[in-house]
Amino acid sequence: MKPMRIFAVARKEFLHIFRDPRSLAMAIAIPMLLLVLFGYALTLDVDDVPIAVWDRDATPASRDFISRFSASPYFTIVRHVDGYEKARHCIDSGEALAFLVIPEDFSETASTGQEIPVQFIVDGSDSNTATIAMGYADTVAATWSRRVMMELEQRLAGKSSSLPVDMRPRVWFNPDMESKNYIIPGLIAVIMMVIAALLTSLTVAREWERGTMEQLISTPVKGPELILGKFLPYFVIGMFDVFLAVLMGEYMFHVPLRGSAALLFFMAAIFLAGALSVGMLISIVTKSQLLASQLAMVVTFLPSFLLSGFMYAIANMPRPIQVMTHLVPARYFVALLKGIYLKGIGLEILFVEAGLLAVFGIVVVLLANVKFKKKLV
Amino acid sequence: MTVTDTKHAVTVRDLTRRFGSFTAVDRVSFDVSPGEIFGFLGPNGAGKSTTIRMLCGILAPTSGAGSVAGFDIMTQSEKIKAHIGYMSQKFSLYEDLTVEENIDFYSGIYRIPREKKKERKEWVIEMAGLASHRDARTAILSGGWKQRLALGCAILHEPPVIFLDEPTSGVDPMSRRKFWDLIYELTGKGVTVFVTTHYMDEAEYCDRIGLVYRGELIALGTPEELKNEHMKEDVLEVACDRPQDAMEAVEKVQGVKEAALFGRGLHVVADDAGKTVGALRSFLEMEGYLPTRVEGITPSLEDVFVSLIEARDRAQQPQKEVAG
Amino acid sequence: MMQPAIASENLSKSFGPVAAVDGLTLSVDHGEIFGLVGPDGAGKTTTMRLLTSIMDPDSGQARVCGRDTVSEAEAVKERIGYMSQRFGLYPDLSVMENMEFYADIYGVPRKGRAEKIERLLSFSNLTPFKKRHAGNLSGGMKQKLGLACALIHTPEVLFLDEPTNGVDPASRRDFWRILYQLLKEKVTIFVSTAYLDEAERCNRIGLMHEGRLMALGTPGQVKKLMRGSIVEVRAARPRQAKEILKKSLPDAEVGLFGDRVHVVTDTPENTEAETIRILSKAGVEVSGARLIEPSLEDVFVSVLGKDGGRRE
Repeated sequence: MKPMRIFAVARKEFLHIFRDPRSLAMAIAIPMLLLVLFGYALTLDVDDVPIAVWDRDATPASRDFISRFSASPYFTIVRHVDGYEKARHCIDSGEALAFLVIPEDFSETASTGQEIPVQFIVDGSDSNTATIAMGYADTVAATWSRRVMMELEQRLAGKSSSLPVDMRPRVWFNPDMESKNYIIPGLIAVIMMVIAALLTSLTVAREWERGTMEQLISTPVKGPELILGKFLPYFVIGMFDVFLAVLMGEYMFHVPLRGSAALLFFMAAIFLAGALSVGMLISIVTKSQLLASQLAMVVTFLPSFLLSGFMYAIANMPRPIQVMTHLVPARYFVALLKGIYLKGIGLEILFVEAGLLAVFGIVVVLLANVKFKKKLV
Repeated sequence: MTVTDTKHAVTVRDLTRRFGSFTAVDRVSFDVSPGEIFGFLGPNGAGKSTTIRMLCGILAPTSGAGSVAGFDIMTQSEKIKAHIGYMSQKFSLYEDLTVEENIDFYSGIYRIPREKKKERKEWVIEMAGLASHRDARTAILSGGWKQRLALGCAILHEPPVIFLDEPTSGVDPMSRRKFWDLIYELTGKGVTVFVTTHYMDEAEYCDRIGLVYRGELIALGTPEELKNEHMKEDVLEVACDRPQDAMEAVEKVQGVKEAALFGRGLHVVADDAGKTVGALRSFLEMEGYLPTRVEGITPSLEDVFVSLIEARDRAQQPQKEVAG
Repeated sequence: MMQPAIASENLSKSFGPVAAVDGLTLSVDHGEIFGLVGPDGAGKTTTMRLLTSIMDPDSGQARVCGRDTVSEAEAVKERIGYMSQRFGLYPDLSVMENMEFYADIYGVPRKGRAEKIERLLSFSNLTPFKKRHAGNLSGGMKQKLGLACALIHTPEVLFLDEPTNGVDPASRRDFWRILYQLLKEKVTIFVSTAYLDEAERCNRIGLMHEGRLMALGTPGQVKKLMRGSIVEVRAARPRQAKEILKKSLPDAEVGLFGDRVHVVTDTPENTEAETIRILSKAGVEVSGARLIEPSLEDVFVSVLGKDGGRRE
């Protein structure tokens, strides 16, 4: 390998990128835009669920129960209604996502300590939100019931009692349980993967399409020189993207970086190298820009979005899918990023992920070099 | 301004097409009479295909006016399409369809009436000499066959005007001759043919020629007119030994402006052939080039084209360099 | 004896059922300019690609600069310059940037490089356009830039695939002037062309048709393959004259060449007089009929015979 040739290719590639505003936009603006869009839109937190209430009892007790909902950060009472028809209308129009019905005998039953059937109707069309809203509602109701029970017992038995188990939950790493804190690091991984692969997916195919490759393969340039030369400028741009993304995470989304920034960039470099090589490999194999960019999108976006554990916990996936996730490089990088960002841990724990990421990178780089032939067929 | 001209098959006035800051076709004007073969001659990138696309109604002109087969090119492009045949450089045939399937497809496109379909199909197959290859995939046909099949498909609907965009590129000389025979046959029946080419010798087959260079029409006339009237200088043909060395040497001879290889001999441009012949011959003999022939000739179209281009480039050079 | 610059033996390459190059055997000496002549689709480009080691043959072998094009492909590539048919340079890079890029790729030493580039640029009249993007050059200038880039490492053999195709005639003349300059510097040139008049300027030529060499030799030798002789007739209305002669001389081949009619015949002496007689009788003014040396196009048509355009 001759450095002169590698740098010649790298320089030329840089010129291509800087002279084509579209490719520059794709390399820098698009990933940042995606980070902003997904960062704000992709929140898994459910708060302020709008609910409608039909209080058929209208007693201090029922009002107290309802006030627990309005006091909770998870619910907002948007409307008081009388009758199912009106409630239904609220849900159909999307004004409310859930509907709480307090039965007529609410306070009476409550004072006897018997079970009270309180109806909570949820719009299940968004099952994720519905599930979470139901969970919240359960918690609100349970807390209220427990207090009522204790008061009742105290009155009857004349002594205060305590529950056998007093759970005191404490959240580590993400104490506010803000989803952005784990979404943003994962998002950086997904976006890097997609953009990196897309960028390089065009570079070799473009030369085949334009006819410049025929000229190049008639020269003594070696395949690895060409691939490395093409790789370098995109690697620089990719690392610049990582740097920007980390800055945005810090100052725009206020995601705390607890671990070592150096380790973060080092791991990002390994991951980026692999992702760029995936694009390069696709470009080499397809020789067509259109096919290459579509393939790069499908091959990188879906697996890293769905199977990396970035949004959906891998532990909750069916067994065969869990096995498949091991083939998704973003899985290791997401784990690494979350580890470094949220837990502040280092290589002593993350070495398996780091190692597998490196293995992936090496395999793809080798494959790209093997697949590149200085021949026409 | 609209131009609807029924006397001419094609009429164009100040036709211009710009792509961004690049002017592909620059104020081109000409007329083509019915039954004429009009050749549009110029190098690649001169604006030949752009012009043909505007005339066929598949590309809108930036400005100018014109009519084709009596229809306005600005407003009646769909009417034009029904009355012309267009054969593109790439022979728009479906390679994976058979000869017959291609013809059937174009019959459908041009809505050839059922009762005429069979007759037209047989005519195309006969004309292209494909009788024994009706069921052959188009992909396996040679260039000459494809070319004739493409021509046949383009004129299935018997249009009065046909446009041929570089029809003979990629075709062997034998097939080229056959192709021109077909074209003559068509014009004999009154069909107007507009053809582009970058082969100088082919342009000689045309009734009239327009020379295009960098989007402009730099000369217009019959081949004879172009050769006799558009070149100020005279041309001498020289047959001698080592013409490539002689080419440089003869430029020293008094009265010689330029020399170029032409086939195996030389074409020498001089202000006055009569005065230069003698000097040139004795120079060549003295220098040992053994001339067998030195005589004044009618310039070839290539000589004319080169002389026109160089005159134009010389005139434009100063401003070009500043701009470049 | 010195090895030839290019030697191929039974070189063949097929794409599916189509034999693009079929048993090609030829050799080109050092310092020679060899012309591969034939229409598009004859197999010229495939031949170029096989000889420049960017495509492997199905069978047969070739040696360029004494190196095998398959087993020593990289050694071949170091010693040749190649200009593909499609413009192979980067349109968004300037003339100078393209030159620098190829200088780096070929490992041209930094020392003396600037002078070399200057020389190549002035040689091809590109010096005023150094900073212009290659995409904004005219067709003729693009070809010259392609040539300059292919020459940056002073190759022993230069392969040019239809370098003047579609280029304006003034640039074509310029381009050939440069090629002759190169021949003086002992570069071997292997050029393909569809222009038969260009082929006449080569030391030796090969007529190629449907993957096979139909003829090989100096233009003079190839012309001897012509069956019969040619009488050139200059008449006022050539098209009409051609039709008349075709009908009156059923044994001869009659064709139109530009504004002249060519009559191919085995009895040229009689034919000269006869054509004049026939045409005068039909009322077509004849300004001359004489025996001429056949052009390569005549030969091509004659060699292809009546089966021209047919594929077995």
